[in-house]
Amino acid sequence: MATAAAHAGHDAHDDHKPSFFARWFLSTNHKDIGTLYLLFAFFAGCVGAFLSFGIRMEMEAPGLQYFSNPQTYNVFVTGHGLIMVFFMVMPALIGGFGNWFVPLMIGAPDMAFPRMNNISFWLTVAGFCSLVCSLFVEGAPGAAGAGTGWTVYPPLSSSGHPGPAVDFAIFSLHLAGAGSILGAINFITTILNMRAPGMTLHKMPLFAWAELVTAFLLLLSLPVLAGAITMLLTDRNFGTTFFAPEGGGDPILYQHLFWFFGHPEVYVMILPAFGIVSHVIATFSKKPVFGYLAMAYAMVAIGVVGFVVWAHHMYTVGLSLQTQSYFVFATMVIAVPTGVKIFSWIATMWGGSIRFTAAMHWAVGFIFLFTVGGVTGVVLANSAVDKYLHDTYYVVAHFHYVLSLGAVFIIFCGIYYWFPKMTGRVIPEWAGKLHFWLAFIGANVLFFPMHFLGLAGMPRRYADYPEAFAPWHKVATWGGHIFALGMVVFIIGVIIAFRSSKRAADNPWGEGATTLEWTLSSPPPFHQYETLPQIVDEPAH
Amino acid sequence: MSAAGRNSQKGTRWTAIACAGVVAGMTGLAFASVPLYNLFCKATGFDGTPRVGAAPTASADAASKPLRVRFDTNVAPNLTWRFQPEVTSVDAVPGETKTVFFKVTNTGSKPATGIAAFNVQPGLMGSYFVKVECFCFTEHTLQPGESADYPLVFYVDQGLRKDPDIGDLSEMTLSYTYFVSRNGSPQAAAEGTATGTGTRTNF
Repeated sequence: MATAAAHAGHDAHDDHKPSFFARWFLSTNHKDIGTLYLLFAFFAGCVGAFLSFGIRMEMEAPGLQYFSNPQTYNVFVTGHGLIMVFFMVMPALIGGFGNWFVPLMIGAPDMAFPRMNNISFWLTVAGFCSLVCSLFVEGAPGAAGAGTGWTVYPPLSSSGHPGPAVDFAIFSLHLAGAGSILGAINFITTILNMRAPGMTLHKMPLFAWAELVTAFLLLLSLPVLAGAITMLLTDRNFGTTFFAPEGGGDPILYQHLFWFFGHPEVYVMILPAFGIVSHVIATFSKKPVFGYLAMAYAMVAIGVVGFVVWAHHMYTVGLSLQTQSYFVFATMVIAVPTGVKIFSWIATMWGGSIRFTAAMHWAVGFIFLFTVGGVTGVVLANSAVDKYLHDTYYVVAHFHYVLSLGAVFIIFCGIYYWFPKMTGRVIPEWAGKLHFWLAFIGANVLFFPMHFLGLAGMPRRYADYPEAFAPWHKVATWGGHIFALGMVVFIIGVIIAFRSSKRAADNPWGEGATTLEWTLSSPPPFHQYETLPQIVDEPAH
Repeated sequence: MSAAGRNSQKGTRWTAIACAGVVAGMTGLAFASVPLYNLFCKATGFDGTPRVGAAPTASADAASKPLRVRFDTNVAPNLTWRFQPEVTSVDAVPGETKTVFFKVTNTGSKPATGIAAFNVQPGLMGSYFVKVECFCFTEHTLQPGESADYPLVFYVDQGLRKDPDIGDLSEMTLSYTYFVSRNGSPQAAAEGTATGTGTRTNF
């Protein structure tokens, strides 16, 4: 990688800030929009966490305790899934950190289309509002909300939910999807055209690489989701029969279209996290990341192969043996580039001068937990095993290990790493570490028993279960409480940061932090890089 | 602005236009997938879609193990029809053409137009189950109390016995469900059905 040879100081006149309303509601500044995305993701995450608490409280014991109607429980599950995917992880990792740090890292003054950036954000907010509306209008007869699962499979989402709740949910995905597509166009255009002089693609920081690959995945997959849910919408309201067998349609086609989007989507959620963890590991090992080019192209490979494995979510629909064999094989191939990344992170730490800061805790915790999730993913990739585990808590455990313990851990990692840069203030290290240990223990207590539940046959999306599953469900709920306690510590840490008079240095992490954002002040000026930084090769590379 | 600046702005515009083109293309492909998927299912018998074809060219191989074909008939809840096969199953030697009649009666008080959707289980049989003639190809209108016998002519392709996955299959099911015809058969649109089309909320 490369470093900035010299960087001109910033004059005070760069820092003309608009009035409050113009700054935050009509914002065209990539850092302000990034901040808005992060705040929105935090708010949506709280709503999603509230829904997951409803789920966990209900599942603590057999029978129905908190929900009068299992359909409402399914509405909570659906809302939790959609909010966490589209309105928490994606806005935080792509809209938030992506907007904040891609221009800073590549030496660009802003995103290529600042106004479009603003539209992307507000479309996402509008989508969230539409999803919240769907919770309160009738879906299935006699019950409010869409209880379809985040996959929105017909016929449950068509004839099973005659009320408008599913229409609101579809509209919500349209809005969030449009926002993400515009955001993706913005990232691609920015990264391909606005890198500082001397910064070739092969010298670009890995986080920018991650956002570039993510943007391409969004660009190719989201239109397919948009098409599929539009067909679902017309099936529901205008009498078309794309997915209705009585008119010659096939509900299985929806599953193919959904997972053609849905599988790349899981990489959309994890690739930016891969980018962040690479920087954090390198910074706190005081070493350049091991195998930079292999790391970049591993992400490209994951992105490409991610498009041809979708039917591993559909082993139970009656695919021929050859088709299943192909999808098993292709899915397992993804473990190769992912392994390259895991081993390169370990190799980066190897022999490094490691500092266990809060951010480093989260990054190392991520590597461990993501690998656990990856291993269960390889287990589930086997079609013969999957037929037994399909739609059980084993699958729930698997994707929470890679998302809740993978992507979410790296969101916090990014916050502890970049908080001093974004705000110029310092979250006390003890808060970040305590938060980490509570989250690490809590999340493992919460999700690890779900493997056992799934292997024992506990199905997903059920509000009630036989007595035999009760002990592990109870343990999982305790884990949820511990995780929530960690969130309280996080909020306290942020409050302390803003109340304390301590200010962050321009580069609080010292020698290991080599990317361009650390050459700027903390927080960076409102407009940066009036004079573009020049990138020169590091002699020892 | 310098020449380099103008170039970069031009590059920016072209990148954005190319991205927008990709989005438009992928949206188009999503919708194109519907006819393509139908075509693919019909051509390959994918996902239990029985093939439609002419009578078999080769004569039946009597030595081949017969396949028991079971019939399953269903009627959508908003259609007051009775629908039964004349026999619940037949034994078909691969290559042998079989004819089975299905009896349909409108037990309601209003005339109704229905169309039968069909599927075979296991789904992999779709590529070997060939319909020569079927009442399910078109929609039918029945007056109150009217009955009709509809024929199905089919054969099981001889290639079945060579299939590595299901070559030793001994039984299969052909399932029909009569629905209120909403916009006619998938191939030929027909308007004006009696029980009101597009009343999605009824079932």
